Amino acid sequence: MSVSASSESSAGSWIYDPKVRSIFSQVVVIGLFVTLMYFIVHNTAVNLEKAGIASGFDFLWTPARYDVTAGFMPVKATETHWDAFMAGLLNTFIVAVFGCLFATILGVLLGVLRLSKNWLINKLAAVYVETIRNVPVLLQILFWYGIFILMPRPKQSIEFFDAFFLNNRGLLGPKTFFGDTPVLPQAKLDAMIAEMGEVKYNALIEQFGQDGAIAQIAESVRPVFGTGSWIPVVAFIAAVVGVLIYRRWTIKVQEATGEQYPVFWVGVAAIIGLPVIFILITGTTVELQYPVLKGFNFVGGSSIGGGFLALWFALSLYTASFIGEIVRAGILAVSHGQSEAAFALGVRPGHTMRLVVLPQALRVIVPPLTSQYLNLTKNSSLALVVGYPDVVGTIGGITLNQTGQAVECIVITMAVYLTFSLLISTFMNWYNSRIALVER
Amino acid sequence: MSDTTKSFEGWIAPRQPPSGTVGAVGWMRENLFSSIGNSIMTIIGLALIVYTVPGIIDWAFLSADYTGESRKDCTSDGACWALVAVRWKQLFYGFYSTSPGGGSLWRPNLAFIGLLIAVVPLLFDNVPYRRYLLLFSLVYPVLAWWLLSGGFFGLDEVSTHKWGGLLLTMVIGVVGIALSLPIGIVLALGRRSDMPAIRMLCVIFIEFIRGVPLITLLFMASNMLPLFFPEGIDLDKLVRALVVVVAFSSAYMAEVVRGGLQAIPKGQYEAADAMGLSFWKSMFLIILPQALKIVIPGIVNSFIGLFKDTTLVLVIGLFDILGMAKAAVTHADWIGLAREAYIFVGVVYFVFCFSMSRYSIWLEEKLDTGHKR
Repeated sequence: MSVSASSESSAGSWIYDPKVRSIFSQVVVIGLFVTLMYFIVHNTAVNLEKAGIASGFDFLWTPARYDVTAGFMPVKATETHWDAFMAGLLNTFIVAVFGCLFATILGVLLGVLRLSKNWLINKLAAVYVETIRNVPVLLQILFWYGIFILMPRPKQSIEFFDAFFLNNRGLLGPKTFFGDTPVLPQAKLDAMIAEMGEVKYNALIEQFGQDGAIAQIAESVRPVFGTGSWIPVVAFIAAVVGVLIYRRWTIKVQEATGEQYPVFWVGVAAIIGLPVIFILITGTTVELQYPVLKGFNFVGGSSIGGGFLALWFALSLYTASFIGEIVRAGILAVSHGQSEAAFALGVRPGHTMRLVVLPQALRVIVPPLTSQYLNLTKNSSLALVVGYPDVVGTIGGITLNQTGQAVECIVITMAVYLTFSLLISTFMNWYNSRIALVER
Repeated sequence: MSDTTKSFEGWIAPRQPPSGTVGAVGWMRENLFSSIGNSIMTIIGLALIVYTVPGIIDWAFLSADYTGESRKDCTSDGACWALVAVRWKQLFYGFYSTSPGGGSLWRPNLAFIGLLIAVVPLLFDNVPYRRYLLLFSLVYPVLAWWLLSGGFFGLDEVSTHKWGGLLLTMVIGVVGIALSLPIGIVLALGRRSDMPAIRMLCVIFIEFIRGVPLITLLFMASNMLPLFFPEGIDLDKLVRALVVVVAFSSAYMAEVVRGGLQAIPKGQYEAADAMGLSFWKSMFLIILPQALKIVIPGIVNSFIGLFKDTTLVLVIGLFDILGMAKAAVTHADWIGLAREAYIFVGVVYFVFCFSMSRYSIWLEEKLDTGHKR
């Protein structure tokens, strides 16, 4: 139609044809983009060649030459950049998961408090939200870090129940061991003795005897799950599977007969109780190793560094203030008539909240909640300023500076965060589609 | 009232409501002690206030030290605000006035006053002489650049690496805010375009930027950007940070604007087309005025986020106000005063961000023409 119209009117009017214009502008944009890309790639190649930096990812398998001591996976300087990267990845993952968890709990609490009819509580929650939201998260991380490194020295630690100690090195607590100390393979033992040095080893033998010394060495690398620890683990898995099956069954029964069985408390009891019962029956050893003050520092137990605590605290408190507002908006978005209708049907308040209000509120809450989780994960990269070795601190920081492989390191770092983003949004989209309104 | 009641025989005079339901007592019953649970919460809340607030006031004001040369002069138990009193010049201006190569402080001060004059007519439409003030807003960027950086018309040049403190925060924040909205609008329009190539480029740009932390982009700017250019071209550190901050916040802005564009009913687009308006005319006259109005809260939230994110430039060695505070508390004279320094910086940020959020609420109410659904 348009062809005949344009050919009839005038010969020059193809300039005004939207199709021609669209193709023309796209060609121009693509051309500019390709030129820019060529310019960048060409310059980078030339610059790298001049600087004598070989591109490629081979550097990952060379020794890192720096220690990763803080965080949850210590890496020695003799291990490779790849190992350091893995440690960073684990640390990012841990702080993101625990941050999201704590932020959600606190955020939901804040959201509910903000809706409270109690004027005082309402205002207190509002003050919290407004203060925290309007101050940069980096500032808050530094603030908490300042507080944690100003804690007393190990000797004057703040104690809780004689088991937890808070000092300027972080928080120490008991470490739990399941099962017995496993027997070390001879090769590993020899390697450890070699690393330890003859003098120290002889001193140990003098103190504990030949067998005692070996036991001491084995103890120092004792894994959390030793021999015989499979019993509580299997019991735990069995309990989880059992509870899932039980939950399906209760839903079926309720749909068929209307009869309700408790799921939550039965689940909690089974998941905690079953492993405990099995441990008691089989006599698997469960040992708590308490941290002990020796000289100027603590020995044993497990510890969480001040850097992690500051990061975790600041990120969760900050994100919680946003989640609180999201939860509040979500609950307010559910029309009042819904809960009134539920009350009119005689549904109890607790059930009204759980079965009527929350499912509808979740539809409003989940999408913005997803972006808050993403924000928290991305903000965890600020770990850099508190010395917590996450992805940016290891591969994007020290490795980059040591090897000069800027392009590769930054590409890896960005790829990690893009993957995290993708995973979180995929999961949340799946969850969102599960709870979304099913329309006709 | 009493006259009318008197005139009718047999009518019962209106009585006061029960004393417990009005006045302060009634309010407290209603809002603080309406149930047992509420009463417990109130008591917990009160306990929290009584337990913390006097201590905080005592620490921050009553037994605080306000003057001194170093932390040794802070002898009382309270806060040591002497840190701020001694270091205010660095916290606000960085090393702007330090020689060699520094400038006098009237220049950033004047630039700041100019900023106020330039911004007020943009924010409020009942300002007298608004038309002329808007012209000033238009030339202000050039004027501010000349004032701060100098180098011609009789002002000495002050290199950007001397800029710091709140001055730097404001420069990055204002440039970011001023540029991210137009670029964000263009990206949002591109993302909704019918042209697949343009749409794809916009989607890739937006999703990539939104998927990675700002800190990695800043690292990219400081480590990789020099590789992208032929040798000899050395980009200013501040310019690099600005490019990254603007790119980062425009990607977020684009998503906010896209939300507004999607909320406009299709009939509006079709009506604009039916009137024979060109694409840009229909956008600027019909669609965007409505779309942007809907997403004002989102836009201002984005601005607030940007302003808070300016703190991140400290990881590439630019010293904004937080960087200056961080440097101050690692100095031997002030070590261990992290709380004071960070609380001060926090208050500065709070003032800016909180006023922005209040302004957005005010604007939202003002522009509410009753079409809210």
